[in-house]
Amino acid sequence: MHRVLGDRKAVLILLGPALLVYSLIMLVPMVWSFGYSFTEGNTVEGFTGNGLDNFQRLFSDPAVRDALWFTAKYAVVVTVGQVVAGYLLALLYVFFLKRASALVRTLVFFPVVLPTVAVGLLFQKFFQVAPQTGPVNSLLNAVGLDSVDWFGSAGHAFWVLIVMDIWRSMGFYAVLLFAGLVDIPEEVLESARLDGASGLRLVRHIVLPMSFPVLMSSVIFSINGTLKVFDSIVALTNGGPGSGTTPLTLYMFQTSFTYGDYGYGSTIALLLTVVCLLVTLVVFRVSRRDPTEG
Amino acid sequence: MITSSTSARRSRLAGSTASAAALVVLVSACGGTGGGSASAPDNFSYLSVTENTTVKTALTTLSKGECKTAQDGLPLKVETVPQASLDQKLQLLAGQDALPVQFAAGNAPALTQQLYKSGKVADLEAKLTSLGVFDQLEPAAVSTIKALYGGKVEVLPYEYNIEGIFYNKKIFSANGLSVPGTWSELVAAAAKLEAKGIQPFSASGQQGWPLTRLISGYLYRSLGPDALQAVADGKAKLTDPAYVKAAQEVAALGKKGYFGKGVGSIDYDTSMNEFLSGKAGMLYMGSWALANIADEKQNKVGADNVGFMPFPAVEGGKGSIEQYPSNVGLGITLGAKSFDKKTGAWVSCIAKNYGSTALKDQGAISGFKVNTPVENSNEVTGQVRETISASKQNVLWFEALFSTKATTVSQSNAAGLVAGSLSPEKFMRTVQDALAEK
Repeated sequence: MHRVLGDRKAVLILLGPALLVYSLIMLVPMVWSFGYSFTEGNTVEGFTGNGLDNFQRLFSDPAVRDALWFTAKYAVVVTVGQVVAGYLLALLYVFFLKRASALVRTLVFFPVVLPTVAVGLLFQKFFQVAPQTGPVNSLLNAVGLDSVDWFGSAGHAFWVLIVMDIWRSMGFYAVLLFAGLVDIPEEVLESARLDGASGLRLVRHIVLPMSFPVLMSSVIFSINGTLKVFDSIVALTNGGPGSGTTPLTLYMFQTSFTYGDYGYGSTIALLLTVVCLLVTLVVFRVSRRDPTEG
Repeated sequence: MITSSTSARRSRLAGSTASAAALVVLVSACGGTGGGSASAPDNFSYLSVTENTTVKTALTTLSKGECKTAQDGLPLKVETVPQASLDQKLQLLAGQDALPVQFAAGNAPALTQQLYKSGKVADLEAKLTSLGVFDQLEPAAVSTIKALYGGKVEVLPYEYNIEGIFYNKKIFSANGLSVPGTWSELVAAAAKLEAKGIQPFSASGQQGWPLTRLISGYLYRSLGPDALQAVADGKAKLTDPAYVKAAQEVAALGKKGYFGKGVGSIDYDTSMNEFLSGKAGMLYMGSWALANIADEKQNKVGADNVGFMPFPAVEGGKGSIEQYPSNVGLGITLGAKSFDKKTGAWVSCIAKNYGSTALKDQGAISGFKVNTPVENSNEVTGQVRETISASKQNVLWFEALFSTKATTVSQSNAAGLVAGSLSPEKFMRTVQDALAEK
């Protein structure tokens, strides 16, 4: 093995194709897009350089501020929701359902394999108020409350989105964290139990620290996914009402492809990249701390 | 042994080199400018929106009848996208030089003009004149097109619409209502219907434009036919009190619940269906709805029970109810590069026959001359046709002179305006801000 990896030619052959594909479909467009952020125009009109105008506009554009705030709010709430729900489910699988968890695991995982658009439509029908009253509003009516126009205000639509995205992805995080939990050696748990740790104390002092790496991976995974959320919002609210549920990704998409301003769209994409990078760095920094100390 | 492993390695290397090369070719092919817009098209490809079925149906009919020869030379191929995704699709296709032969030219005339300026759209006045069929276009339709597209004929008048309020005659007479002539009479009629438990208006908040049309309707009646040209020219702002007043009036209708529940979730078909099934008393719509009204499968209230009234006057306003908002529907245009002899054959045939075919089969009025006399399928179609031929001055619609961004902003926020989550002042300011961007 060492001989193979020591051979430069072998390394080149092994890495070359992957690197080529990666460069072509990831790095080249990224550099390209960075270049576009100093221009204005689109593929119809052609591009002209405009220096730092796009960056100036980025800092003074209230729509960017709103979209950034929405993205942050959404990412935090959904990440916490996904990981906490996933972790609780994983604990349920490992400590409560044990070997019988396969069926529940499959059922909870099921929404992960459904297409986002289908889930979006499902939730639209679920929460709709017109032309037919959806199940949620029917339930509200049944207990004597008035129907709510869930997609009529940004506040309500936000919570429908949150519920949908947590429901859609908690099964995935549950399986991911389940893999981390089953890795904890039975002997460690056993000896902790002998020392009198049980229930919450066992989770807090033994299970949590020992599954910390996989928990951190989940958080990084989740926050990066949620910062770049696009499909579920397009499917459910399309950024509406107005621009009430428009994240940076959707604003970028609209700016580039609907309003035909590729340059400014690229600048927004750059902002999103920087945000993702910063958040990942922070999460890495935090995760370097050893949780078993203190 | 050694030989075979070396040759295996060599062949693997060759394999990976080949796949890498294939990938490079593939990627460069995607990014190339060759695209699908060859100068000689294989099909009379037509990209339109899912929501519009009239043109698609009429063209298919023509391809089997009057335009059979053109069809044999260049077969018709229809593709549709949801209207909300049309602009994106066009931008991407235009970027790859892959625009179809004929296509819906964008939700805002601004995009069509952009395409025209970059040479992607044919100069239809010149093309039709050289084909000898420019006289097949109704002069009124040509003047509307020129008003919209900076003096050029950039689209074909597959539709020629006037807009107004369709109302359910049965509901009106059962509730002792006469056709409202003024805005306050309209509001009073709506109040009366609401009190009787009938939803006064049906409107699609998801589309947004059926709501913003009410704002422009009010503006044209209160401030006169130049109200929105003044905004486009920078002489007035949407945030001026007289303009905000229009948004306030429309928001007030929403506040009173006249559009029903969850207006933001109502799509175009649902709103049409609500009206045609007798659940709502009035529908602001263009005359393209005549096709739906004439269709017995869709229209449960019966075509004879549908009436048409102009947008009512505003007391003390400068506009007149004679000035109908008019448009040519979703502009449909032809690519400049793919306009060859075979395409020309199609266009000539369409210009000569589309008007009568669309009117006869679907009750749809276009801006093409009706060369074979067609009887009106119902009273309201006759009324609209007479109104069109008698109309002397037309106005445009709210977003007609807006940029693509301002159009989207206006239409996507309209539901919020009538649902009360966005104040009239904030709505007009948001749209004005989007307009102020270049």
